[in-house]
Amino acid sequence: MIEKPTLLSSSFRFITIAMLITWLILPLVPLAIWSFAKGWFFPLILPKYWSLNAWNYALSDTAGVLESLWLTIFISTTATILSIIIGVPAGRALGMYKFKGKEYVELLILAPTIVPGIAVVLGIHSVFLSIGLTNTIPGVILVHLIPTLPYMVLVMAGIFSNFDPDFEAQARSLGASPFKTFYYITLPSILPGIIVGGLFAFLVSWSQYILTLMIGGGRVLTLPLLLFSFATSGRNDITGAIGMIYILPGIIILILTARHLSGRSAVGGFGRI
Amino acid sequence: MSDRTKILLLLTPALSIIILLFFGGLFIGLLRSFNYMPIIGLTEPNLNAYFSVFKSKEFYYSFILSFHIAFTSTIISATLAIGAALLLRRNFIGKSIINFLFQLNLTVPHLVGAIGILYLFSQSGSFARLAAEWGMITRTAEFPALVFDPYAIGIILQYVWKEIPFIGVIVLANMQSLGEDYESVARSLGANKWQAFRYVLLPLIFPGVLSASVIVFAFTFGAYEIPAMLGANYPAALPVLAYRKYTDVDLAARPEAMAMAIVIAILSAVMIFFYLRYTRKRIRG
Repeated sequence: MIEKPTLLSSSFRFITIAMLITWLILPLVPLAIWSFAKGWFFPLILPKYWSLNAWNYALSDTAGVLESLWLTIFISTTATILSIIIGVPAGRALGMYKFKGKEYVELLILAPTIVPGIAVVLGIHSVFLSIGLTNTIPGVILVHLIPTLPYMVLVMAGIFSNFDPDFEAQARSLGASPFKTFYYITLPSILPGIIVGGLFAFLVSWSQYILTLMIGGGRVLTLPLLLFSFATSGRNDITGAIGMIYILPGIIILILTARHLSGRSAVGGFGRI
Repeated sequence: MSDRTKILLLLTPALSIIILLFFGGLFIGLLRSFNYMPIIGLTEPNLNAYFSVFKSKEFYYSFILSFHIAFTSTIISATLAIGAALLLRRNFIGKSIINFLFQLNLTVPHLVGAIGILYLFSQSGSFARLAAEWGMITRTAEFPALVFDPYAIGIILQYVWKEIPFIGVIVLANMQSLGEDYESVARSLGANKWQAFRYVLLPLIFPGVLSASVIVFAFTFGAYEIPAMLGANYPAALPVLAYRKYTDVDLAARPEAMAMAIVIAILSAVMIFFYLRYTRKRIRG
């Protein structure tokens, strides 16, 4: 029994949806405009001149933005691959088995998704300092596992809870080796989960700030650190260009995964970004 | 191989990483907050760091500020997210593009949002320019301070921007799996629209709203880069204060930084407790 929408209620609906979407897009607009602006002083509503200077600078070999981009891609990709290798087995254990103390294991894995990075990273810093992992790329990758790994485990636990182990048993009884069974039976059915979980884990690592700042000590200069320093030094045009580069992977991933994106499991990863 | 061994083997790598890095980091932080660090000759634990933290006005200002930021952002985001989910749950023309735009900022890092808010709301930002265009102000200083301000308005605006879709997508999925049958029954029994929402739909979606809100609260209380970008210098949000203490030239301030980190961790532990209490959906298996 849903009554027909009246003209008044449907125009109210239209206006509020338009306001909502405008608000959600709005903060990205000045960033995009700034990246093409030159001499955009108060009180000009739009820039006096348009220019590609900021983009030329950001994409030049000397500015260090590209270097920082490759470094960030390397760190996030490595953290993602490690999370997949370590997270998939744990997801299988949580998704396919019932065992004593399972809720405590779940709690251990859930905790890092809720506790803020600043609460743990200071203690990690003093340990990493004594074993020489501060100011290093491996140190930063390791510390990125704290937010990415739990997410991968939780996604894979969901995937494995819908996985039927009988297929594996049948393959084995027909003479397939454990490796062949994994490659031909298990992997194809969990691959979509690995891809979606991996893309989100990548984005979680991609957006880390305080963990990189503390453990990298300003030496491991990922894109967000570079973006922060340009933003606070008042170079709005270059900040705009770096900002646009920085959000690109997320938007591409959203386009790729849009149909998988519904409900809690998908949004859980984005929430930490 | 027995199931027990199998489970143990499957879980060991992930649990070792999480226990070593996450709980190890917390534990070392706890030890250092007690001034206990045998490697540098500190073998007598004490509570000095906590005494000096709890005696300093700055800590209370920062704690209250962070609590205000987290509480206000969470309440506003959750309310607007429920509203947004109600708007978006029905079919309409262009729904898929609207859904895409609604989810767009889920993938945009908080830091980018913070810079965007800065460029919109600062005293020389887009809104100040519009105000000048309409003759409401003539100088930048006449525009109200909405960033770097004592009420953390800029920070809250950033969180509301970012968390509406986060809570909204969860609530929307929740509403869509419930369907509209319950409300239809209520309406056919004479409830008006508001009553059907307040007494039927809201109690059904509330656990989902609450568990998402708990995550948002813990995040907004403990995040660093957003208040570092948009916050006032004094008082600073608690994570910013902890970072400053830790990186102070005076190494003696480090235990105090650790004590603040422990305060943040305890608050998140409380949040985890609420999360588990109100999260119905667990990992099946």
